[in-house]
Amino acid sequence: MFTDLINKGRLKSPWIMHFDCGSCNGCDIEVLACLTPMYDIERFGIVNVGNPKHADVLLVTGTVNHRNKHVLKNLYDQMPDPKAVIAIGACGLSGGIFREAYNVVGGVDKVIPVDVYVPGCPARPEAIIDGVVKALEAVKVKLGLTA
Amino acid sequence: MVGKLVLALLAVALTPLVGGLLAGVDRRLTAWLQSRYGPPVLQPFYDVLKLLGKTKMVVNPWQALSASVYLAAAVTSVFIFFMQGDLLLIFFVLTIGAVFLVVGALSAPSPYSQIGGQRELWQMLAYEPLLILVFVSMAMVTGSFRITAILEHPTPLLYDLPLMFIVLGYVLTIKLRKSPFDISASQHAHQEIVRGVLTEYSGPHLALLEIAHWFEVVLVLGICSLFFATSALGVVVLLAATYFLEILIDNVMARMTWRWMLRSVLTVGLVLSLVNILWLYVA
Ligand code: SF4
Repeated sequence: MFTDLINKGRLKSPWIMHFDCGSCNGCDIEVLACLTPMYDIERFGIVNVGNPKHADVLLVTGTVNHRNKHVLKNLYDQMPDPKAVIAIGACGLSGGIFREAYNVVGGVDKVIPVDVYVPGCPARPEAIIDGVVKALEAVKVKLGLTA
Repeated sequence: MVGKLVLALLAVALTPLVGGLLAGVDRRLTAWLQSRYGPPVLQPFYDVLKLLGKTKMVVNPWQALSASVYLAAAVTSVFIFFMQGDLLLIFFVLTIGAVFLVVGALSAPSPYSQIGGQRELWQMLAYEPLLILVFVSMAMVTGSFRITAILEHPTPLLYDLPLMFIVLGYVLTIKLRKSPFDISASQHAHQEIVRGVLTEYSGPHLALLEIAHWFEVVLVLGICSLFFATSALGVVVLLAATYFLEILIDNVMARMTWRWMLRSVLTVGLVLSLVNILWLYVA
């Protein structure tokens, strides 16, 4: 029964951390827009915690390059399990318009496992919220709770 | 005596529920003041349950110990309160808990947690003298530090100690981690340096700290309720008004620096206490 309660908590309180791998700032602004009273993602228990040790979901925006991939990996490793990763925007998915640049790794999933991809340039706030909901479903599958 | 013991054990068991609900209502009211919808009232319980289910990651063994001692101290002080024990004893137990919170934060080499720990120390320096003055003034009116004696006092303490209630309000604001005094572990600013004391805690240990915080909130509200202990309705009205005022102040005030906190708390608080205690002597 206690495990049931804990699982319920996991689905109802995804604390997010937002890491910007050097984007054009477009996707970052959209992520932060989700926190404003207009979209108010705190309704779903989502809190922006800026600290990998408290976070459950990692939102990555921007282009991963050879310099910041170590930071990204480090942040991911500091998050306690269970955790999920969401890649946001064309840059996060594949490198976007910076894909051909010599320093770009190309996509968050080259460095850490990604659960949900949210496309767009920039991704809309609605799409990001959908992404978090999808990530919760991924967590559900991981926990074996799917009906 | 046995009746009291049962009551106290019951209170200790119920306090997390009450504290969590209070925190939920708090978040809802805050959202309402900011014209948002806000999370469900049960959200704090979901958060804590989730944290309990996460993998344990500690920086060093001190952290685990500190979190447990902090919780144990908070539980013990609530227990003593409902056993109608000694206010001074409650004060000392509470202080031990707070010190261990700081020890846990300082045991990690991270600069965030170091700064958080030091800020928490400044906060303790600000509220502890005020809290002890509140207890002393209560003892001056009723002639004893024991809660039993305070409950037997015929008139509400608020009539004799109106200024001391304001002083206790300062303590409550600092203890609740509300603006303008949310400088060591703000409830809202999760991604700023003010989250310092809690930065290095994660998973189950963070959950312990959260539960301990609920205990402390209930305890300080309990001390507030002593000011109108003669009527149940009075207690409810007084507590509801105080708590709503806290949330309102939290939402309309900016965060201040620790220097400002020390200056304002120690001048305003001490002057109010002095006036009230002198007035007790004269009247
Ligand atoms: S996907 Fe587009 S908006 Fe987002 S960071 Fe890349 S270039 Fe900017």
